[in-house]
Amino acid sequence: VSSGAAGPEGEQIMAENAIETAAELGRIRKDDLVPDLVQVLREDGTLRSRVEPKIPPADLKRLYGLMVLCRQLDHRMMNLQRQGRIGFYMTATGEEAAIVGSVYALEPTDWILPCYREYAAALYRGYPLRDFICQLLGNAEDITKGRQMPIHIAVRALNFGSVSSPVGTQIPQAMGIAWAAKLRGDPTVALAYFGDGATSQGDFHVAANFAGVYKAPVIFLCRNNGWAISTPASVQTAAETFAQKAVAYGIEGVRVDGNDLLAVYEVTKRAAERARAGLGATLIEAVTYRRGAHSSSDDPSVYRDEAEPRAWEEKDPMVRLRRYLERKKLWSDRDEERALQEAQREVHKALEEAEAIPPPPPASLFDDVFADLPPHLVEQRQELLDAIKSKGR
Amino acid sequence: MAVMNIIQAVNSALRGEMRRDDRIVVLGEDVGKFGGVFRATDGLYKEFGQDRVIDTPLAEGGIIGAAIGMALYGLRPVPEIQFADFIYPAFDQIVNELAKFRYRSGGQYTAPMVIRTPYGGGIRGGHYHSQSPEAYFIHTPGLKVVVPSNPYDAKGLLTSAIRGDDPVIFMEPKRVYRAARGEVPEEPFEVPLGKAHVAREGKHVTLLAYGAMLHTALEAARIAHDKGIEAEVIDLRTLLPLDIDLIVSSVQKTGRAVIVHEAPRTCGFGAELSALIGEKCFLYLEAPVHRVTGFDTPFPYTLEHEYLPDANRILTAVDKALNF
Repeated sequence: VSSGAAGPEGEQIMAENAIETAAELGRIRKDDLVPDLVQVLREDGTLRSRVEPKIPPADLKRLYGLMVLCRQLDHRMMNLQRQGRIGFYMTATGEEAAIVGSVYALEPTDWILPCYREYAAALYRGYPLRDFICQLLGNAEDITKGRQMPIHIAVRALNFGSVSSPVGTQIPQAMGIAWAAKLRGDPTVALAYFGDGATSQGDFHVAANFAGVYKAPVIFLCRNNGWAISTPASVQTAAETFAQKAVAYGIEGVRVDGNDLLAVYEVTKRAAERARAGLGATLIEAVTYRRGAHSSSDDPSVYRDEAEPRAWEEKDPMVRLRRYLERKKLWSDRDEERALQEAQREVHKALEEAEAIPPPPPASLFDDVFADLPPHLVEQRQELLDAIKSKGR
Repeated sequence: MAVMNIIQAVNSALRGEMRRDDRIVVLGEDVGKFGGVFRATDGLYKEFGQDRVIDTPLAEGGIIGAAIGMALYGLRPVPEIQFADFIYPAFDQIVNELAKFRYRSGGQYTAPMVIRTPYGGGIRGGHYHSQSPEAYFIHTPGLKVVVPSNPYDAKGLLTSAIRGDDPVIFMEPKRVYRAARGEVPEEPFEVPLGKAHVAREGKHVTLLAYGAMLHTALEAARIAHDKGIEAEVIDLRTLLPLDIDLIVSSVQKTGRAVIVHEAPRTCGFGAELSALIGEKCFLYLEAPVHRVTGFDTPFPYTLEHEYLPDANRILTAVDKALNF
């Protein structure tokens, strides 16, 4: 090794064989970037980690019960879509632990900016099932007033954002919410959910960059479910993991088994604690799998080998959590049966009520464009009402 | 009353509102310590600090995306896009997100903010420092679009925009940033959005203009006056919501309308104005509605004064309208 000299920032640089050695020294080693996968529960429900997360038994049962409800809801709503009773649907089948485990790690005052598979996070916070189904139907009691396609929910009272179809737009918004909370001195964290596909969007990168610069108390939760409609994750990035993208933005990156509710809870809780302590943002890559179609509008058998989702059934997040609960004597076949029946009853009742509600009144089309109705919309509203009156003339 | 130019008036409005309401934050590229490339935020960093006058990374989509989050949380962000020509990376956040939050959430969420951006040509800025992109935003339900032409309106309209509950695109005519001077109260005041202003009264023809072009229209009106033609010049001030009543009453009086803007003609705001006049003033019109606009080319560098409407082109249109 030759004698060193001080570089512009004071660090040592090599004088001899400068090109060869500098190229080697300056190389970022990929191995240093790739984080290990965090897992707390093995697939058989036994503990892999030495420390068991402290979740009260009643909460564990509640979280599992919510997953039962969501699985049932997805099954029922997809059938309803096939029958033409709702226009569109998207399931979260196989990804429940990534959603339920993360929302459980937050405070109710923390904000959630969803992608479009996280209605379970709203249900966890108290979004009534009936409201959800009213939204799917776009009826007069839909709190979003029939303004968006099914699944595109918004629940202001629960600090739960508004689902947008363009992918990734919520990520910088979540950063802005977190940043605003920090500027106001509030101990509030914002969490943005998104998929692996969203990491290809500019919005993801600007959000991660801003979050790094301002140390915003934000959690970027990437559900890496392997697929963006028909496009596999390998077409989204050449990086080995999504979590390592955090490194370049100066934020924390974590990779977690997304089908392990306890692990998702632990890493999200830690990210929220870091954020609240002023240590800034975390990118969590939750490795999971989209077992169903992207939405009710596509057929995955056209673009992926059916052996793949079958293989992931073996890693079902609900089965794993149930095994853990059974080992702890917190859950039995009878509990399972009861939870399922209750879920079916709840869905049936909410659906029956919601389907009886009429669509929103036509004049409501013009509400909420602005705080007040400007003259040109007053005129256009009258035009619509006159047109309705003159129908069948 | 103090004499101010438009930059000073904008600065005065921001300062006044930031003193009144601590939820107001200014953010953008170079707006902090430096005070903005046009100095519009000069001194605000010193008075309000780095948490309210924020230098951001160079990413317009990030500025607006983050500002939406801030607004959802309850702040009142006033982001600056350094040149209107640079607003397009934020286009999706503006038209699909900002403009739609209230509507798509059924009124649960609002994202009130004012996006300030200097626009327009005549400063030897070439294609990327001269554009007038107002039509994209006027075409987007959920956005208000405001273009002041003078310091008094710049301060009053900006104050109203900041106090309102809707997202506003506030386009500042940088060609006359310093040239347009006038008396402006130092204390805060509002000029209501949605109200146009008769900048010069006349009876033979109505000239409709806004922003920097208002001055060109006034110049044309002065020359016309020397030839015995009295042109009424209306400063639209707010493009959406538009003061349709004032336009209609003027055109019904004069029977002739010439629309002036520097944005390209096809699907420019003049097309909408012309259609509205056709719908609402048809029986009063003595001549077709004329448009004097930028040409349907990219904004040129060397030939910008050939591209931009001037008094001569406006007078030609006035002649056509009068001699139809």
